[in-house]
Amino acid sequence: MTELWSWITDLGNSKIIALLLFMGTFVAIVIYLFSSRRRSTRFESYRYIPLDDEDSPLDPNTGSGDRNKGERS
Amino acid sequence: MSQTAATAGSVPASTAVPSEQYNYEIVKKFSIAAVIWGVLGMAAGVWIASQLAWPFLNFDIAQITFGRFRPVHTTLVIFGFGGNALFATSYYIIQRTCQTRLYSDRLSLFTFYGWNLALILGVFTYMAGITQGREYAEFNWQIDILIAITWIVYFWVFLMTLLRRSQPHIYVANWFFMAFILATALLHIFNNLQVPLSLTSPHSYSLFSGVQDAMTQWWYGHNAVGFFLTAAFLGMMYYFVPKQAGRPIYSYKLSIIHFWALVFLYMWVGAHHLHWTALPDWVSTLAATFSILLLLPSWGGMINGIMTLSGAWDKLRTDPIMLFLITALSFYGMSTFEGPMMSLKSVNALSHYTDWTVGHVHSGALGWVAMITFGSLYHLIPRLWNTKIYSLRLIYIHFFLATIGIVLYIVSMWVAGIGQGLMLRAFDEYGNLAYTFTESVVFLHKPYMVRAIGGGFFLLGMLIMAFNVAMTILTAKRTVPVADESRATAASAS
Repeated sequence: MTELWSWITDLGNSKIIALLLFMGTFVAIVIYLFSSRRRSTRFESYRYIPLDDEDSPLDPNTGSGDRNKGERS
Repeated sequence: MSQTAATAGSVPASTAVPSEQYNYEIVKKFSIAAVIWGVLGMAAGVWIASQLAWPFLNFDIAQITFGRFRPVHTTLVIFGFGGNALFATSYYIIQRTCQTRLYSDRLSLFTFYGWNLALILGVFTYMAGITQGREYAEFNWQIDILIAITWIVYFWVFLMTLLRRSQPHIYVANWFFMAFILATALLHIFNNLQVPLSLTSPHSYSLFSGVQDAMTQWWYGHNAVGFFLTAAFLGMMYYFVPKQAGRPIYSYKLSIIHFWALVFLYMWVGAHHLHWTALPDWVSTLAATFSILLLLPSWGGMINGIMTLSGAWDKLRTDPIMLFLITALSFYGMSTFEGPMMSLKSVNALSHYTDWTVGHVHSGALGWVAMITFGSLYHLIPRLWNTKIYSLRLIYIHFFLATIGIVLYIVSMWVAGIGQGLMLRAFDEYGNLAYTFTESVVFLHKPYMVRAIGGGFFLLGMLIMAFNVAMTILTAKRTVPVADESRATAASAS
Protein backbone atom coordinates (compact mmCIF):
# COMPACT_ATOMS: atom_id res chain seq x y z
CA MET A 1 0.00 0.00 0.00
CA THR A 2 2.85 2.36 0.90
CA GLU A 3 4.58 1.53 -2.39
CA LEU A 4 1.40 2.31 -4.36
CA TRP A 5 1.01 5.62 -2.51
CA SER A 6 4.63 6.62 -3.19
CA TRP A 7 4.14 5.67 -6.88
CA ILE A 8 1.04 7.87 -7.04
CA THR A 9 2.75 10.82 -5.35
CA ASP A 10 5.79 10.59 -7.65
CA LEU A 11 5.46 13.55 -10.05
CA GLY A 12 7.10 11.49 -12.78
CA ASN A 13 3.98 9.29 -12.88
CA SER A 14 1.56 12.23 -13.10
CA LYS A 15 0.94 11.75 -16.83
CA ILE A 16 -0.14 8.12 -16.37
CA ILE A 17 -2.28 9.01 -13.36
CA ALA A 18 -3.95 11.87 -15.23
CA LEU A 19 -4.63 9.57 -18.19
CA LEU A 20 -6.13 6.85 -15.95
CA LEU A 21 -8.25 9.35 -14.03
CA PHE A 22 -9.64 11.24 -17.00
CA MET A 23 -10.01 8.26 -19.33
CA GLY A 24 -11.54 6.18 -16.50
CA THR A 25 -14.05 8.90 -15.66
CA PHE A 26 -14.99 9.38 -19.30
CA VAL A 27 -15.49 5.65 -19.89
CA ALA A 28 -17.55 5.47 -16.69
CA ILE A 29 -19.79 8.30 -17.98
CA VAL A 30 -20.32 6.49 -21.30
CA ILE A 31 -21.13 3.20 -19.52
CA TYR A 32 -23.50 5.05 -17.18
CA LEU A 33 -25.30 6.58 -20.16
CA PHE A 34 -25.81 3.39 -22.13
CA SER A 35 -26.02 0.65 -19.48
CA SER A 36 -29.70 1.05 -18.62
CA ARG A 37 -32.59 1.34 -21.06
CA ARG A 38 -34.73 3.15 -18.47
CA ARG A 39 -31.99 5.68 -17.72
CA SER A 40 -31.46 6.16 -21.42
CA THR A 41 -35.16 6.92 -21.95
CA ARG A 42 -35.11 9.32 -19.02
CA PHE A 43 -32.15 11.22 -20.47
CA GLU A 44 -33.79 11.48 -23.88
CA SER A 45 -36.90 12.97 -22.23
CA TYR A 46 -34.78 15.97 -21.20
CA ARG A 47 -34.53 16.96 -24.86
CA TYR A 48 -37.92 18.62 -24.50
CA ILE A 49 -36.97 21.03 -21.71
CA PRO A 50 -36.47 24.08 -24.00
CA LEU A 51 -39.83 23.39 -25.63
CA ASP A 52 -41.71 22.94 -22.36
CA ASP A 53 -41.47 26.63 -21.54
CA GLU A 54 -43.95 28.59 -23.64
CA ASP A 55 -42.81 31.57 -25.66
CA SER A 56 -44.33 34.99 -25.61
CA PRO A 57 -47.78 35.03 -27.23
CA LEU A 58 -46.53 36.74 -30.38
CA ASP A 59 -44.89 34.99 -33.28
CA PRO A 60 -41.76 37.10 -33.87
CA ASN A 61 -42.05 36.68 -37.62
CA THR A 62 -45.73 37.19 -38.23
CA GLY A 63 -46.98 38.86 -35.08
CA SER A 64 -49.56 36.24 -34.16
CA GLY A 65 -49.67 32.85 -32.45
CA ASP A 66 -46.80 30.78 -31.05
CA ARG A 67 -45.15 28.63 -33.65
CA ASN A 68 -42.53 27.18 -31.37
CA LYS A 69 -44.49 24.71 -29.36
CA GLY A 70 -42.66 21.40 -29.34
CA GLU A 71 -44.09 18.27 -30.85
CA ARG A 72 -43.48 15.30 -28.61
CA SER A 73 -42.87 12.15 -30.58
CA MET B 1 -33.26 39.73 -3.90
CA SER B 2 -36.34 39.27 -1.79
CA GLN B 3 -37.96 41.91 -3.92
CA THR B 4 -37.30 39.95 -7.09
CA ALA B 5 -38.73 36.81 -5.55
CA ALA B 6 -41.76 38.73 -4.43
CA THR B 7 -42.25 40.19 -7.89
CA ALA B 8 -42.09 36.78 -9.51
CA GLY B 9 -44.28 35.29 -6.84
CA SER B 10 -46.92 38.00 -7.03
CA VAL B 11 -47.88 37.03 -10.58
CA PRO B 12 -50.07 33.92 -10.61
CA ALA B 13 -48.51 31.16 -12.71
CA SER B 14 -51.57 30.94 -14.94
CA THR B 15 -51.42 34.59 -15.99
CA ALA B 16 -47.68 35.38 -15.70
CA VAL B 17 -46.08 36.22 -19.01
CA PRO B 18 -42.36 35.47 -19.42
CA SER B 19 -41.43 39.17 -19.38
CA GLU B 20 -42.85 39.44 -15.84
CA GLN B 21 -41.88 36.01 -14.54
CA TYR B 22 -38.25 36.37 -15.62
CA ASN B 23 -35.68 39.15 -15.49
CA TYR B 24 -35.69 40.22 -19.14
CA GLU B 25 -34.33 43.71 -18.46
CA ILE B 26 -30.79 42.44 -17.95
CA VAL B 27 -31.03 40.25 -21.06
CA LYS B 28 -32.18 43.29 -23.06
CA LYS B 29 -29.25 45.38 -21.82
CA PHE B 30 -26.66 42.75 -22.72
CA SER B 31 -28.30 42.11 -26.12
CA ILE B 32 -28.19 45.78 -27.09
CA ALA B 33 -24.59 46.07 -25.83
CA ALA B 34 -23.65 43.02 -27.95
CA VAL B 35 -25.00 44.68 -31.10
CA ILE B 36 -23.29 48.02 -30.37
CA TRP B 37 -19.91 46.42 -29.58
CA GLY B 38 -20.36 44.18 -32.62
CA VAL B 39 -20.66 47.19 -34.95
CA LEU B 40 -17.68 48.97 -33.33
CA GLY B 41 -15.47 45.87 -33.11
CA MET B 42 -16.11 44.78 -36.69
CA ALA B 43 -15.57 48.34 -37.92
CA ALA B 44 -12.20 48.35 -36.13
CA GLY B 45 -11.43 45.00 -37.81
CA VAL B 46 -12.21 46.30 -41.29
CA TRP B 47 -10.14 49.38 -40.56
CA ILE B 48 -7.01 47.45 -39.58
CA ALA B 49 -7.51 44.98 -42.46
CA SER B 50 -7.61 48.00 -44.78
CA GLN B 51 -4.46 49.42 -43.16
CA LEU B 52 -2.61 46.23 -44.09
CA ALA B 53 -3.73 46.61 -47.70
CA TRP B 54 -3.37 50.39 -47.86
CA PRO B 55 -0.87 51.49 -45.16
CA PHE B 56 -1.54 55.22 -45.69
CA LEU B 57 -4.68 54.67 -43.60
CA ASN B 58 -2.47 54.85 -40.52
CA PHE B 59 -2.46 58.63 -41.12
CA ASP B 60 0.58 58.76 -38.82
CA ILE B 61 -1.74 58.79 -35.81
CA ALA B 62 -0.21 56.54 -33.17
CA GLN B 63 -3.55 55.73 -31.47
CA ILE B 64 -5.04 54.10 -34.58
CA THR B 65 -2.01 52.26 -35.93
CA PHE B 66 -2.32 48.50 -36.42
CA GLY B 67 -0.39 47.60 -33.26
CA ARG B 68 -2.75 49.53 -30.99
CA PHE B 69 -5.97 49.04 -32.91
CA ARG B 70 -5.67 45.27 -33.34
CA PRO B 71 -6.30 44.52 -29.62
CA VAL B 72 -9.18 47.04 -29.76
CA HIS B 73 -10.68 44.92 -32.56
CA THR B 74 -10.10 41.53 -30.87
CA THR B 75 -11.31 42.76 -27.48
CA LEU B 76 -14.46 44.34 -28.87
CA VAL B 77 -15.49 41.40 -31.02
CA ILE B 78 -14.57 38.62 -28.58
CA PHE B 79 -15.45 40.20 -25.24
CA GLY B 80 -17.73 43.02 -26.38
CA PHE B 81 -19.86 41.34 -29.04
CA GLY B 82 -19.33 37.70 -28.00
CA GLY B 83 -19.13 38.30 -24.25
CA ASN B 84 -22.25 40.46 -24.03
CA ALA B 85 -24.15 38.00 -26.25
CA LEU B 86 -23.09 35.17 -23.92
CA PHE B 87 -24.19 37.06 -20.82
CA ALA B 88 -27.53 37.82 -22.51
CA THR B 89 -28.20 34.31 -23.74
CA SER B 90 -26.94 32.52 -20.62
CA TYR B 91 -29.13 34.70 -18.39
CA TYR B 92 -32.07 34.07 -20.73
CA ILE B 93 -31.52 30.33 -21.16
CA ILE B 94 -30.96 29.58 -17.48
CA GLN B 95 -34.21 31.34 -16.58
CA ARG B 96 -36.20 29.62 -19.31
CA THR B 97 -34.82 26.11 -18.83
CA CYS B 98 -34.78 26.22 -15.01
CA GLN B 99 -38.12 28.04 -15.02
CA THR B 100 -37.03 30.44 -12.36
CA ARG B 101 -36.06 34.09 -12.14
CA LEU B 102 -32.40 35.10 -11.91
CA TYR B 103 -31.04 34.91 -8.38
CA SER B 104 -30.43 38.64 -8.03
CA ASP B 105 -31.36 41.61 -10.22
CA ARG B 106 -28.75 43.83 -8.57
CA LEU B 107 -25.87 41.41 -8.93
CA SER B 108 -26.72 40.66 -12.55
CA LEU B 109 -26.83 44.42 -13.18
CA PHE B 110 -23.40 44.65 -11.54
CA THR B 111 -22.07 42.12 -14.07
CA PHE B 112 -23.40 44.31 -16.89
CA TYR B 113 -21.70 47.48 -15.68
CA GLY B 114 -18.52 45.73 -14.52
CA TRP B 115 -18.03 43.91 -17.82
CA ASN B 116 -18.76 46.88 -20.07
CA LEU B 117 -16.72 49.30 -17.98
CA ALA B 118 -13.74 46.95 -18.36
CA LEU B 119 -14.22 46.98 -22.13
CA ILE B 120 -14.39 50.78 -22.33
CA LEU B 121 -11.28 51.12 -20.17
CA GLY B 122 -9.56 48.51 -22.32
CA VAL B 123 -10.24 50.40 -25.56
CA PHE B 124 -8.82 53.66 -24.21
CA THR B 125 -5.77 52.09 -22.58
CA TYR B 126 -4.86 50.12 -25.73
CA MET B 127 -5.13 53.25 -27.84
CA ALA B 128 -2.93 55.04 -25.31
CA GLY B 129 -0.36 52.28 -25.76
CA ILE B 130 -0.91 50.62 -22.38
CA THR B 131 -0.95 46.85 -22.76
CA GLN B 132 0.23 43.69 -21.04
CA GLY B 133 1.26 42.35 -24.43
CA ARG B 134 -0.51 39.02 -23.85
CA GLU B 135 -2.70 37.99 -26.76
CA TYR B 136 -6.45 38.29 -26.05
CA ALA B 137 -5.48 39.39 -22.51
CA GLU B 138 -4.00 42.81 -23.15
CA PHE B 139 -5.88 44.53 -20.31
CA ASN B 140 -3.58 46.02 -17.66
CA TRP B 141 -3.65 44.55 -14.17
CA GLN B 142 -6.21 46.91 -12.64
CA ILE B 143 -8.74 46.07 -15.35
CA ASP B 144 -7.90 42.37 -14.89
CA ILE B 145 -8.97 42.64 -11.26
CA LEU B 146 -12.23 44.34 -12.25
CA ILE B 147 -12.92 41.52 -14.73
CA ALA B 148 -12.10 38.85 -12.12
CA ILE B 149 -14.55 40.37 -9.62
CA THR B 150 -17.26 40.71 -12.27
CA TRP B 151 -16.71 37.13 -13.33
CA ILE B 152 -16.98 35.76 -9.80
CA VAL B 153 -20.27 37.63 -9.37
CA TYR B 154 -21.44 36.15 -12.69
CA PHE B 155 -20.55 32.67 -11.41
CA TRP B 156 -22.44 33.32 -8.17
CA VAL B 157 -25.59 34.55 -9.95
CA PHE B 158 -25.50 31.57 -12.32
CA LEU B 159 -24.89 29.02 -9.56
CA MET B 160 -27.55 30.38 -7.22
CA THR B 161 -30.08 30.53 -10.06
CA LEU B 162 -29.35 26.89 -10.84
CA LEU B 163 -29.87 26.00 -7.19
CA ARG B 164 -33.31 27.63 -7.06
CA ARG B 165 -34.59 26.04 -10.27
CA SER B 166 -38.12 24.65 -10.58
CA GLN B 167 -37.10 22.14 -13.23
CA PRO B 168 -35.48 19.07 -11.58
CA HIS B 169 -32.97 18.45 -14.38
CA ILE B 170 -30.32 20.96 -15.42
CA TYR B 171 -30.60 21.24 -19.21
CA VAL B 172 -27.35 20.55 -21.08
CA ALA B 173 -27.00 24.14 -22.37
CA ASN B 174 -26.45 25.21 -18.76
CA TRP B 175 -23.69 22.63 -18.36
CA PHE B 176 -21.84 24.28 -21.21
CA PHE B 177 -22.35 27.72 -19.68
CA MET B 178 -21.14 26.53 -16.28
CA ALA B 179 -18.02 24.94 -17.83
CA PHE B 180 -17.40 28.20 -19.69
CA ILE B 181 -17.73 30.29 -16.52
CA LEU B 182 -15.49 28.05 -14.41
CA ALA B 183 -12.82 27.54 -17.05
CA THR B 184 -12.72 31.25 -17.97
CA ALA B 185 -12.25 32.19 -14.30
CA LEU B 186 -9.36 29.74 -14.02
CA LEU B 187 -7.76 30.88 -17.28
CA HIS B 188 -8.16 34.59 -16.61
CA ILE B 189 -6.73 34.46 -13.10
CA PHE B 190 -3.68 32.28 -13.84
CA ASN B 191 -2.80 33.92 -17.16
CA ASN B 192 -2.90 37.37 -15.54
CA LEU B 193 -0.73 36.67 -12.50
CA GLN B 194 1.37 39.82 -12.62
CA VAL B 195 3.77 41.78 -10.47
CA PRO B 196 2.76 45.47 -10.73
CA LEU B 197 5.49 48.11 -10.96
CA SER B 198 3.60 50.09 -8.32
CA LEU B 199 0.02 50.47 -7.11
CA THR B 200 -0.51 53.51 -9.32
CA SER B 201 1.26 52.26 -12.42
CA PRO B 202 -0.73 50.46 -15.14
CA HIS B 203 2.37 48.44 -16.02
CA SER B 204 3.39 45.07 -14.61
CA TYR B 205 5.65 42.08 -15.15
CA SER B 206 4.39 38.54 -15.76
CA LEU B 207 4.91 36.17 -12.85
CA PHE B 208 6.16 33.59 -15.36
CA SER B 209 9.14 33.85 -17.65
CA GLY B 210 10.60 32.25 -20.76
CA VAL B 211 8.95 29.17 -22.18
CA GLN B 212 6.70 28.79 -19.12
CA ASP B 213 5.29 32.22 -19.86
CA ALA B 214 4.67 31.29 -23.50
CA MET B 215 3.06 28.03 -22.38
CA THR B 216 0.79 29.86 -19.91
CA GLN B 217 -0.23 32.36 -22.57
CA TRP B 218 -1.21 29.68 -25.06
CA TRP B 219 -2.81 27.51 -22.42
CA TYR B 220 -4.97 30.60 -21.86
CA GLY B 221 -5.22 31.56 -25.54
CA HIS B 222 -6.42 28.24 -26.87
CA ASN B 223 -8.72 27.51 -23.94
CA ALA B 224 -10.24 30.94 -24.39
CA VAL B 225 -11.11 29.63 -27.86
CA GLY B 226 -12.23 26.32 -26.34
CA PHE B 227 -14.33 27.48 -23.44
CA PHE B 228 -15.25 31.08 -24.31
CA LEU B 229 -15.70 30.81 -28.07
CA THR B 230 -16.74 27.16 -28.33
CA ALA B 231 -18.31 25.67 -25.19
CA ALA B 232 -20.34 28.76 -24.35
CA PHE B 233 -21.63 29.19 -27.90
CA LEU B 234 -22.52 25.48 -27.92
CA GLY B 235 -24.68 26.26 -24.90
CA MET B 236 -26.36 28.89 -27.08
CA MET B 237 -26.72 26.34 -29.89
CA TYR B 238 -28.28 23.68 -27.63
CA TYR B 239 -31.09 26.05 -26.74
CA PHE B 240 -31.72 28.20 -29.80
CA VAL B 241 -31.47 25.54 -32.53
CA PRO B 242 -34.21 23.34 -30.97
CA LYS B 243 -36.24 26.41 -30.06
CA GLN B 244 -36.10 27.97 -33.53
CA ALA B 245 -36.68 24.62 -35.23
CA GLY B 246 -39.57 23.85 -32.87
CA ARG B 247 -38.08 20.37 -32.44
CA PRO B 248 -36.06 18.78 -29.63
CA ILE B 249 -32.33 18.33 -30.01
CA TYR B 250 -31.41 15.22 -32.06
CA SER B 251 -29.86 13.22 -29.19
CA TYR B 252 -29.55 14.17 -25.54
CA LYS B 253 -27.11 11.33 -24.83
CA LEU B 254 -24.87 12.56 -27.62
CA SER B 255 -24.94 16.03 -26.06
CA ILE B 256 -23.72 14.56 -22.75
CA ILE B 257 -20.88 12.61 -24.39
CA HIS B 258 -20.06 15.67 -26.48
CA PHE B 259 -19.89 17.85 -23.37
CA TRP B 260 -17.63 15.59 -21.30
CA ALA B 261 -15.32 14.73 -24.19
CA LEU B 262 -14.90 18.42 -24.99
CA VAL B 263 -14.20 19.30 -21.36
CA PHE B 264 -11.66 16.49 -20.91
CA LEU B 265 -9.80 17.14 -24.16
CA TYR B 266 -9.65 20.92 -24.60
CA MET B 267 -7.32 21.76 -21.71
CA TRP B 268 -4.44 19.81 -23.29
CA VAL B 269 -4.22 21.34 -26.73
CA GLY B 270 -2.87 24.89 -26.18
CA ALA B 271 0.73 23.90 -26.82
CA HIS B 272 0.02 23.29 -30.51
CA HIS B 273 0.49 27.06 -30.88
CA LEU B 274 4.13 26.60 -29.92
CA HIS B 275 5.33 23.85 -32.27
CA TRP B 276 8.99 24.15 -33.28
CA THR B 277 9.89 26.41 -30.37
CA ALA B 278 11.78 25.90 -27.09
CA LEU B 279 8.81 23.94 -25.77
CA PRO B 280 9.67 20.28 -24.94
CA ASP B 281 8.90 18.01 -27.90
CA TRP B 282 6.66 15.70 -25.87
CA VAL B 283 4.39 18.61 -24.90
CA SER B 284 4.10 19.56 -28.55
CA THR B 285 3.21 15.98 -29.53
CA LEU B 286 0.73 15.64 -26.66
CA ALA B 287 -1.03 18.83 -27.79
CA ALA B 288 -1.20 17.67 -31.41
CA THR B 289 -2.58 14.26 -30.36
CA PHE B 290 -5.31 15.78 -28.21
CA SER B 291 -6.12 18.24 -31.00
CA ILE B 292 -6.80 15.34 -33.37
CA LEU B 293 -8.93 13.60 -30.72
CA LEU B 294 -10.90 16.82 -30.31
CA LEU B 295 -12.30 16.39 -33.81
CA LEU B 296 -14.64 13.66 -32.51
CA PRO B 297 -16.58 15.65 -29.88
CA SER B 298 -16.57 18.73 -32.10
CA TRP B 299 -18.22 16.87 -34.94
CA GLY B 300 -20.49 15.08 -32.46
CA GLY B 301 -21.84 18.48 -31.44
CA MET B 302 -22.13 19.66 -35.02
CA ILE B 303 -24.02 16.53 -36.08
CA ASN B 304 -26.30 16.83 -33.04
CA GLY B 305 -27.19 20.39 -33.99
CA ILE B 306 -27.66 19.84 -37.70
CA MET B 307 -29.61 16.57 -37.29
CA THR B 308 -32.11 18.44 -35.10
CA LEU B 309 -33.53 19.62 -38.41
CA SER B 310 -33.85 16.03 -39.65
CA GLY B 311 -37.28 15.72 -41.25
CA ALA B 312 -37.77 19.47 -41.33
CA TRP B 313 -35.17 20.66 -43.79
CA ASP B 314 -37.81 22.75 -45.52
CA LYS B 315 -37.40 25.29 -42.70
CA LEU B 316 -34.16 26.35 -44.38
CA ARG B 317 -36.22 27.59 -47.33
CA THR B 318 -38.55 29.71 -45.24
CA ASP B 319 -36.66 30.72 -42.10
CA PRO B 320 -33.59 32.99 -42.40
CA ILE B 321 -32.83 32.60 -38.67
CA MET B 322 -32.52 28.86 -39.21
CA LEU B 323 -30.16 29.60 -42.11
CA PHE B 324 -27.87 31.48 -39.71
CA LEU B 325 -27.94 28.70 -37.13
CA ILE B 326 -27.31 25.82 -39.53
CA THR B 327 -24.63 27.72 -41.48
CA ALA B 328 -22.93 28.45 -38.15
CA LEU B 329 -22.86 24.73 -37.38
CA SER B 330 -21.44 23.99 -40.84
CA PHE B 331 -18.63 26.50 -40.26
CA TYR B 332 -18.10 25.01 -36.81
CA GLY B 333 -17.60 21.61 -38.46
CA MET B 334 -15.27 23.07 -41.06
CA SER B 335 -13.07 25.04 -38.67
CA THR B 336 -12.88 22.16 -36.18
CA PHE B 337 -11.57 19.99 -39.01
CA GLU B 338 -9.09 22.62 -40.15
CA GLY B 339 -7.80 23.26 -36.59
CA PRO B 340 -6.66 19.69 -35.83
CA MET B 341 -5.12 19.48 -39.29
CA MET B 342 -3.12 22.67 -38.65
CA SER B 343 -2.02 21.32 -35.27
CA LEU B 344 -0.05 18.55 -36.97
CA LYS B 345 3.61 19.50 -36.76
CA SER B 346 4.26 19.05 -40.49
CA VAL B 347 1.28 21.18 -41.54
CA ASN B 348 2.07 23.70 -38.81
CA ALA B 349 5.59 24.14 -40.19
CA LEU B 350 3.97 25.64 -43.28
CA SER B 351 0.95 27.36 -41.76
CA HIS B 352 2.36 28.92 -38.61
CA TYR B 353 3.36 32.60 -38.72
CA THR B 354 1.32 33.01 -41.90
CA ASP B 355 -2.14 34.40 -42.69
CA TRP B 356 -3.56 30.89 -42.91
CA THR B 357 -3.85 31.06 -39.10
CA VAL B 358 -5.69 34.38 -39.36
CA GLY B 359 -8.08 32.85 -41.90
CA HIS B 360 -8.66 29.81 -39.67
CA VAL B 361 -9.45 31.97 -36.66
CA HIS B 362 -11.95 33.99 -38.67
CA SER B 363 -13.67 30.92 -40.14
CA GLY B 364 -14.41 30.03 -36.52
CA ALA B 365 -15.02 33.56 -35.28
CA LEU B 366 -17.16 34.83 -38.16
CA GLY B 367 -18.58 31.52 -39.39
CA TRP B 368 -19.35 29.89 -36.07
CA VAL B 369 -19.36 32.47 -33.26
CA ALA B 370 -20.85 35.44 -35.08
CA MET B 371 -23.38 33.45 -37.16
CA ILE B 372 -24.74 31.49 -34.16
CA THR B 373 -24.94 34.78 -32.25
CA PHE B 374 -26.81 36.52 -35.08
CA GLY B 375 -29.30 33.65 -35.28
CA SER B 376 -29.76 33.58 -31.52
CA LEU B 377 -30.22 37.36 -31.23
CA TYR B 378 -32.73 37.40 -34.09
CA HIS B 379 -34.66 34.71 -32.20
CA LEU B 380 -34.27 36.44 -28.86
CA ILE B 381 -34.89 40.14 -29.49
CA PRO B 382 -38.51 39.97 -30.69
CA ARG B 383 -39.34 37.74 -27.74
CA LEU B 384 -37.72 40.06 -25.24
CA TRP B 385 -39.75 43.02 -26.46
CA ASN B 386 -42.80 40.86 -27.12
CA THR B 387 -43.08 41.92 -30.73
CA LYS B 388 -42.25 40.73 -34.22
CA ILE B 389 -39.03 41.33 -36.09
CA TYR B 390 -39.05 44.56 -38.12
CA SER B 391 -37.95 42.99 -41.40
CA LEU B 392 -37.40 39.36 -42.39
CA ARG B 393 -36.04 40.52 -45.74
CA LEU B 394 -33.25 42.38 -43.96
CA ILE B 395 -32.32 39.17 -42.12
CA TYR B 396 -31.98 37.43 -45.49
CA ILE B 397 -29.83 40.29 -46.80
CA HIS B 398 -27.71 40.14 -43.65
CA PHE B 399 -27.28 36.39 -44.06
CA PHE B 400 -26.06 36.58 -47.65
CA LEU B 401 -23.76 39.56 -46.99
CA ALA B 402 -22.22 37.73 -44.01
CA THR B 403 -21.79 34.47 -45.93
CA ILE B 404 -20.21 36.15 -48.96
CA GLY B 405 -17.98 38.17 -46.63
CA ILE B 406 -16.75 35.06 -44.80
CA VAL B 407 -16.02 33.19 -48.03
CA LEU B 408 -14.03 36.15 -49.41
CA TYR B 409 -12.15 36.42 -46.11
CA ILE B 410 -11.27 32.74 -45.74
CA VAL B 411 -10.32 32.11 -49.36
CA SER B 412 -8.09 35.20 -49.53
CA MET B 413 -6.35 34.15 -46.31
CA TRP B 414 -5.81 30.61 -47.61
CA VAL B 415 -4.19 32.05 -50.71
CA ALA B 416 -2.16 34.55 -48.65
CA GLY B 417 -1.11 32.06 -45.97
CA ILE B 418 -0.22 29.09 -48.12
CA GLY B 419 1.54 31.32 -50.66
CA GLN B 420 3.43 33.13 -47.90
CA GLY B 421 4.40 29.82 -46.24
CA LEU B 422 5.64 28.35 -49.51
CA MET B 423 7.62 31.49 -50.43
CA LEU B 424 9.33 31.69 -47.03
CA ARG B 425 10.35 28.02 -47.24
CA ALA B 426 11.49 27.97 -50.88
CA PHE B 427 15.18 27.46 -51.68
CA ASP B 428 17.02 27.96 -54.93
CA GLU B 429 19.43 25.46 -56.48
CA TYR B 430 22.28 26.75 -54.29
CA GLY B 431 20.37 26.35 -51.02
CA ASN B 432 19.70 30.06 -50.57
CA LEU B 433 16.23 31.44 -49.80
CA ALA B 434 14.42 31.82 -53.14
CA TYR B 435 12.42 34.90 -52.10
CA THR B 436 13.15 37.93 -49.97
CA PHE B 437 10.74 38.89 -47.19
CA THR B 438 9.76 41.97 -49.18
CA GLU B 439 8.69 39.81 -52.13
CA SER B 440 6.34 37.88 -49.82
CA VAL B 441 4.85 41.20 -48.63
CA VAL B 442 4.28 42.32 -52.24
CA PHE B 443 2.55 38.98 -52.93
CA LEU B 444 0.20 39.56 -49.97
CA HIS B 445 -1.17 42.86 -51.26
CA LYS B 446 -3.99 41.43 -53.43
CA PRO B 447 -5.24 38.86 -50.91
CA TYR B 448 -5.22 41.65 -48.29
CA MET B 449 -7.45 43.79 -50.51
CA VAL B 450 -9.90 40.91 -50.96
CA ARG B 451 -9.85 40.28 -47.20
CA ALA B 452 -10.70 43.92 -46.50
CA ILE B 453 -13.59 43.74 -48.97
CA GLY B 454 -14.84 40.50 -47.35
CA GLY B 455 -14.68 42.17 -43.93
CA GLY B 456 -16.57 45.12 -45.40
CA PHE B 457 -19.39 42.79 -46.53
CA PHE B 458 -19.56 41.30 -43.05
CA LEU B 459 -19.61 44.73 -41.41
CA LEU B 460 -22.37 45.89 -43.76
CA GLY B 461 -24.44 42.89 -42.67
CA MET B 462 -23.82 43.79 -39.03
CA LEU B 463 -24.96 47.39 -39.66
CA ILE B 464 -28.14 46.09 -41.28
CA MET B 465 -28.72 43.91 -38.23
CA ALA B 466 -28.23 46.89 -35.92
CA PHE B 467 -30.81 48.82 -37.96
CA ASN B 468 -33.25 45.90 -37.94
CA VAL B 469 -32.85 45.42 -34.18
CA ALA B 470 -33.24 49.15 -33.48
CA MET B 471 -36.40 49.34 -35.60
CA THR B 472 -37.81 46.21 -33.93
CA ILE B 473 -37.31 47.74 -30.48
CA LEU B 474 -38.64 51.17 -31.49
CA THR B 475 -41.69 49.63 -33.13
CA ALA B 476 -42.33 47.54 -30.01
CA LYS B 477 -42.17 50.62 -27.83
CA ARG B 478 -44.61 52.49 -30.05
CA THR B 479 -47.27 49.77 -30.16
CA VAL B 480 -49.25 48.13 -27.35
CA PRO B 481 -48.57 44.41 -27.57
CA VAL B 482 -51.53 42.21 -28.45
CA ALA B 483 -50.78 40.06 -25.41
CA ASP B 484 -51.09 43.00 -23.02
CA GLU B 485 -54.37 44.01 -24.62
CA SER B 486 -55.84 40.53 -24.27
CA ARG B 487 -54.64 40.25 -20.66
CA ALA B 488 -56.17 43.62 -19.87
CA THR B 489 -59.45 42.53 -21.47
CA ALA B 490 -59.40 39.26 -19.51
CA ALA B 491 -58.65 41.12 -16.28
CA SER B 492 -61.51 43.62 -16.80
CA ALA B 493 -63.93 40.79 -17.68
CA SER B 494 -63.10 38.92 -14.49
